[in-house]
Amino acid sequence: MRVTKFLAIIAVLFSFTVIADAGTLEDVKARGKLNCIVSSGLAGFASPDGEGGWQGFDVDFCRAVAAAVLGSGDKVKFVPTTNKTRFTQLNAGEGDILFRNTTETLSRDADLKLTFLPINYYDGQGFLIRKSLGVTSAKQLAGASVCIQTGTTTELNLADYFRANKMKYEPVNTETNEESIVAYESKRCDVYTTDASALASTRAALKKPSDHVILPEIISKEPLGGAVRHGDDRWADIGKWVVNALIIAEEMGITQKNVKELAKKSGNNPGMNRFLGTEGSMGEMLGLDKKWAVNAISAVGNYGEIFERHLGPKTPLALERGLNASWKAGGILYAAPIR
Amino acid sequence: MDPKASLSRLWRDEHSRSVIIQVLAVVLIFGLFAYLVRNAVVNLEAIGKGFSFGYLQEPASYDINQHLIEYTSRSTHFRAMLVGILNTLLVAVSGIVLATVLGFSLGVLRLSKNLLASKLAHIYIDYVRNVPVLLHILLVYGIIVNTLPVPREAQSLGDIMFLTNRGFFLPKPIFEPLFLVILGLFAAGIVFTIWFRRYAAGIQRKTGEHYPVFWISLGAVLGIPVISHFLIGGPITFEVPALTGFNFSGGMVVRPEFTALWIALSLYTAAFIAEIVRAGIISVNYGQTEASLSLGINHGRTLNLVVIPQALRVIVPPLTSQYLNLAKNSSLAIAIGYMDIVATIGGITLNQTGREMECMIIVLLLYLSLSLLISFAMNIYNKRIRLVER
Repeated sequence: MRVTKFLAIIAVLFSFTVIADAGTLEDVKARGKLNCIVSSGLAGFASPDGEGGWQGFDVDFCRAVAAAVLGSGDKVKFVPTTNKTRFTQLNAGEGDILFRNTTETLSRDADLKLTFLPINYYDGQGFLIRKSLGVTSAKQLAGASVCIQTGTTTELNLADYFRANKMKYEPVNTETNEESIVAYESKRCDVYTTDASALASTRAALKKPSDHVILPEIISKEPLGGAVRHGDDRWADIGKWVVNALIIAEEMGITQKNVKELAKKSGNNPGMNRFLGTEGSMGEMLGLDKKWAVNAISAVGNYGEIFERHLGPKTPLALERGLNASWKAGGILYAAPIR
Repeated sequence: MDPKASLSRLWRDEHSRSVIIQVLAVVLIFGLFAYLVRNAVVNLEAIGKGFSFGYLQEPASYDINQHLIEYTSRSTHFRAMLVGILNTLLVAVSGIVLATVLGFSLGVLRLSKNLLASKLAHIYIDYVRNVPVLLHILLVYGIIVNTLPVPREAQSLGDIMFLTNRGFFLPKPIFEPLFLVILGLFAAGIVFTIWFRRYAAGIQRKTGEHYPVFWISLGAVLGIPVISHFLIGGPITFEVPALTGFNFSGGMVVRPEFTALWIALSLYTAAFIAEIVRAGIISVNYGQTEASLSLGINHGRTLNLVVIPQALRVIVPPLTSQYLNLAKNSSLAIAIGYMDIVATIGGITLNQTGREMECMIIVLLLYLSLSLLISFAMNIYNKRIRLVER
């Protein structure tokens, strides 16, 4: 990991001023591939499958952007990163866009020079613990050893939470989710804390998931979203509207199955026509093809489909939609309109 | 003369050619360096990042499990850096001590006439030297964390020390004011020992008579302070760790991350030191040993007074680079989550503040200073032991 950091700095040293040039779209088109920064391994969000490809919620957002820009969801090169190196690598130009279960915060936006895309997962930090310890609330964790990934917002929340509740704890730092799981399984720590969605993913991967429980307390807001570098508004717009398009598609009932059929000719719904590129020039405004949204949906499906495929009740993670349901279905997922 | 001919003569002349090449080399190196710096500045500016160390004064907001100085999540990034430096120093210094002791013993064993001892040392050295140090660290850490019991089933040693996979919990000494007396006696003991060693050496030179210097020194440095401790009513008390909830509280803890790093680095470096020591001892002509033995000096004293002083001249210079290696290898700490410089300022702080350049420069300078300091100390020692020519 130190090597990648070193390489990133070398990249900053050596590269000409390409880094922040407002030409990411042209670069991606010229390259014919989207470099997308993802997690080095978090089941459900981004993990390598058996055939050398990548699978997951974040991975599908990468594919959607690639499909919107390049016409095919397969034209992606995934750049796996740790929590610690993700922003350095994005800023050094090793990726064009980042979908890496990353929390949006002010300091990351302003100080780390990121531009966040719309939130695609509303999360919060929780605690995973063995049932046999008999703990039912995070308030009973005084004195516990807590596994935590370094370089995350959860690390800061954890410090704040225990301080605010006047409890002591021993942080056990690890660099990746895998290392945390190893430490947790060997009982080096009593509790593992990270975003609740990641805890669900971790729990599902444990030997006997039913021996472990996620405590009811959610101690922080963790709005997860994609991000791009500061300074290229056009590229940021593309990322933003692809995410919005996936959410809107679910509202409109456009799915991976019916999108091609619907896009054949313009219908009676002007909003849907604009979305499908049969009316107006939304794609051109973004510097993309007319069929940008159609391509994105036919590559990965709408938000609901992506969620069901990787996180939903039929997956080992078995997460409910909860806050992440559409605003029409009682959630807070609400995208600005394409018009 | 036509200028072309004079130029070619300038190039053919050995002296002027060497000057030209050197000037060109300097220009190239500085040019490259200037290019790199300029590029970094331009690129950082382009993404809107200035270059400043102001962030060091802001609260770090994260916790560190092992801190030798007072530290909370409200302390500054600067203090987090100090904690990291102290943790690096702790593992480097204790690693150097253990590696030296082990290395010298192994080196001597390797030359032992006892076949079993020398073969075992040989096998150990060859195995350890040929496996990367990172694997040693992970292996030792894995063994500690996976084989030792959890706190609730802790292995207790006389109910005052506890072995767990969260660390070794030891009683913590608590000092009362009267302890200053003991400290004073201890200091006096050291001063006395320094004086006494010189005095005894003087007597021996004049009369040939030996004093039991070691035992008298031990008595002065440790014996008297310990006895007086009990005489004045024990101003040191011990806080014994006790199991409360998830973990032990009170007492001192040696965390498995530290233990693993310390042991692994020491074992690894000791193997190299052993070979250096072996080379050093072999470099001393066997005639020296024979001469010493024929003068009636026993084996132990021959080793201590004749062989080792001469061997040290060969041993110390390469030993210095082993110490440097150990100090630098300690940066692998992050692999098991030991919070050293790389993990604090070069890891969490870097990530939370996004100051890659500044943090990496700090880490770089710290390792550079640490290495130069070790080299400096070892050079002084080397000067003291080198051959005095008359």
